[in-house]
Amino acid sequence: MEDTSYWLPLIWVGILGIAVTLYVVLDGFDLGIAILFPLNPQEHRRDVMMNSVAPFWDGNETWLVLGGGGLFVAFPQAYGVIMPAVYLPVIIMLLALVFRGVAFEFRWVSKPKHQFWDLAFTYGSIVAAFMQGVILGSILQGITVENGKFAGGTFDWFTPFALFIGVATVAGYALLGATWLTMKTHGEVSEVSRQHAKKLLLIVLAAMLIVSLWTPLAFERIYERWFTWPNMIYLAPIPLLTAGAAWLVWKGLHRNEDHTTAFYASVALFLLGFAGLAISNVPYLVPPTLTIWQTAAHPSSQMFMLVGTAVMLPVILGYTVFVYYTFRGKVKHGEGYH
Amino acid sequence: MDPDAVLLARIQFAFTIAFHIIFPSFTIGLAAFIATLLVRWRLTGREYLRTLARFWTKIFAVSFAMGVVSGIVLSYQFGTNWSQFSVVVGNVLGPLLGYEVLTAFFLEASFLGIMLFGWDRVSPNLHVTSAVLVAVGTSISAFWILAANSWMHTPAGHEIRDGIAYPVDWLKIIFNPSFPYRFSHMFTAAYLTTSLVVLAVGCRYLVKARFVEESKTMIRMGLGMVAVLAPLQAFIGDMHGLNTAQYQPVKVAAMEAHWDGSKPANLVLFAWPNETEERNDFEISAPIPGLASFIITHSADGLFKGLKDFRPEDRPPVKPVFFAFRTMVAIGLLMIGIGLVGAFLWWRKSLFDTRWYLSTVQYAWPLGFIAILSGWWVTETGRQPWVATGILRTADAVSPVTFGAVLTTLILFVLVYTAVFSMGIYYINRLIEKGPQGALIAPEPDDKALPNRPLSAAKEANQQATEG
Ligand code: HDD
Ligand code: HEM
Ligand code: HEM
Repeated sequence: MEDTSYWLPLIWVGILGIAVTLYVVLDGFDLGIAILFPLNPQEHRRDVMMNSVAPFWDGNETWLVLGGGGLFVAFPQAYGVIMPAVYLPVIIMLLALVFRGVAFEFRWVSKPKHQFWDLAFTYGSIVAAFMQGVILGSILQGITVENGKFAGGTFDWFTPFALFIGVATVAGYALLGATWLTMKTHGEVSEVSRQHAKKLLLIVLAAMLIVSLWTPLAFERIYERWFTWPNMIYLAPIPLLTAGAAWLVWKGLHRNEDHTTAFYASVALFLLGFAGLAISNVPYLVPPTLTIWQTAAHPSSQMFMLVGTAVMLPVILGYTVFVYYTFRGKVKHGEGYH
Repeated sequence: MDPDAVLLARIQFAFTIAFHIIFPSFTIGLAAFIATLLVRWRLTGREYLRTLARFWTKIFAVSFAMGVVSGIVLSYQFGTNWSQFSVVVGNVLGPLLGYEVLTAFFLEASFLGIMLFGWDRVSPNLHVTSAVLVAVGTSISAFWILAANSWMHTPAGHEIRDGIAYPVDWLKIIFNPSFPYRFSHMFTAAYLTTSLVVLAVGCRYLVKARFVEESKTMIRMGLGMVAVLAPLQAFIGDMHGLNTAQYQPVKVAAMEAHWDGSKPANLVLFAWPNETEERNDFEISAPIPGLASFIITHSADGLFKGLKDFRPEDRPPVKPVFFAFRTMVAIGLLMIGIGLVGAFLWWRKSLFDTRWYLSTVQYAWPLGFIAILSGWWVTETGRQPWVATGILRTADAVSPVTFGAVLTTLILFVLVYTAVFSMGIYYINRLIEKGPQGALIAPEPDDKALPNRPLSAAKEANQQATEG
């Protein structure tokens, strides 16, 4: 029993990590495309942009359900603390996702009077991305807990740090969206997106640098994690790899015949940023008080779910790949079913 | 916890879930209908079946999108509004919801892409398979969520330690006493609702002599289902009630507005339950004595518990349960009527010429939705004051969030949902108005470019030229 109650929560953190990462990357470029709408006012460009993700968006968003649901399943105690702490950002994010989600259908069926749904798509996505960053930021900065329950105020999340992470997330998603469009479309949209991506890359790098300086300066525990001996040596590859990924994105964007490198490298950039934040916070799920073991569900619940997950996750990944493969290649104009 | 915040959280949950269930009720059935059309098309090669499937797919897509976005809200509300609920029953309910995500949501969401966008892109067999998989996904989804919900009504297979529920036997948890009834009743309800919509739309076209071939197919398929499912639904509902009488007697007492358990009960047709004086005002009963006792105990002088057998703080609010139950049953009987009359006309071979029938039934489409909402109202309100019967009271399940925060978000939900979903329903109506071949008959001035439509090919070439 001792053993399982030690290992199971670790495995579950791993699974949740996969779900959240996949969500951020996959829905990241969906949201990113909408964030780029204001830079692409032409209707035919917007048609192509939307169609480049339309067959996938629902599947992509489902990883968010798995992330939230997974937290509920595996760490009910953490779920019960984090959700009230970020109550308003979560609800606003959900409402924003309502707008952007229905826009995928409503924008087509309301044509030619679809202007409102263009706005809903754009601002729904911007607000959702921003709030996701704010939620991340508020978890990183720490949640007030007493007797295992949330004991802070309604606006604890409203800090410069969390808001900054929010802005950085919007920029990050826009970068993913721009490199995705470079890869998935051709002609005008692809070219314009390549130019947007270059600027966005610089903004994202600046944001990553600021976060890397801000977190250790503001949070003692994070400083100790990164800047004490011998951690410094073990962790050195992270910043180095990040620099490498950034360089690859840059190169990819400057080679006109290359349409894929920039996208994959910007995904890698995101993953590394995540790894950095995760390392800063191990072993806390609700920093700085509750560890993953303190919030874990009963081993029998975690085990029951693990069996299903072990079987289903590969299957799900299988058909996710299958769907992407089915709709591989560049989107043609006017492709859709509406 | 502030009692007003509890009330607001309940209103908020009731509001968001009531909006959500409208869409699943329709998409579960519609997915199956579309899959059936496509399979029939593959088997017979009749082109209009495909046209019809394509038409309903557009409506399906709009309604599915609304189901998805409102569902995601719900999955997070367990944490935001009912965090103590997650802590106390999370060990048991969490995995059930988790299995729903793993086995159903990903299946639906992934193959939805192919179902919607694969018409001309993948082989017909793969496309039809995708539609079938989406239909299967929606059913699996209903299975798990109803297992979770039924467990909250009739918990089994768990043990309580320090006030927290721990799983003991997963099979008993999933197949808890009310699950088989609730699952079959809800599943039938979804099919019935969709069949009625399909039937009503068919009538709407036929009355105006539009899309005659398609509308006859819709009427036949819709009516066939209603004629069979409506009586079946009443039967399942009856069994469901017997099960409830056994496990949640106070709910049945509220449904029947039955106060005094020491006497056999007449069937109350109408009354205004008076909770302060513990009796019914303006009561009108069915003329057959002991009918309610007969329905519930299968004996005219059988006894079943009345509301007075329970302490007032353990009783659910009587009026909403009582009236919602009557609404549902009345609609159920009406549906049986629609099915019977239709079947009779069909048998007399005059179905498609009986104008009064067609022009009445075209307005029947909302009935299923109202019955489903009423049914949930009965079940969920009848469970009060418990969230999980005997384990956790609603008032103890709520999150430590403030009145102001819940009020703000409630207002936001009401505004956003009303705006977004009424637009959605408006668009669905517009799609229906256009009809199966609407786009071909009356192209809109700025029609969307579809590469396989000659009309837009020229426009597309134009645009591609500008794109370079
Ligand atoms: C009887 C069926 C039923 C019931 C009672 C519920 N749902 Fe639902 N739900 C479905 C049947 C369904 C579905 C058929 O699977 C949906 C609806 C339409 C759709 O688009 O998928 C769906 C969608 C849906 C989604 C989006 C899935 C996706 O991304 O594709 C979520 C997260 C939920 N639901 C969650 C819930 C929760 C937390 C509920 C209860 C509190 C709930 N649903 C009640
Ligand atoms: C889908 C159809 C459903 C409808 C229309 C529905 C309706 C309602 C209503 C009207 C209430 C408020 C009751 C009251 O406070 O008086 C409620 C409460 C609630 N329901 Fe449901 N419900 C549905 C399904 C579910 C499911 C599937 C679950 C869980 C798996 C669920 C969990 C809850 C919870 C946690 C509450 C809040 C606590 C409470 O007030 O009891 N419901 N629901
Ligand atoms: C005509 C006879 C009907 C009878 C006798 C009947 C009976 C019942 C009963 C007793 C319940 C409450 C179960 C509980 O204890 O929680 C219930 C719930 C419900 N009913 Fe009905 N019903 C009928 C028709 C319908 C129709 C026509 C629909 C919809 C199309 C419907 C949809 C529902 C739903 C969605 C619920 C809530 C979920 C559940 O508990 O299964 N019912 N019904």
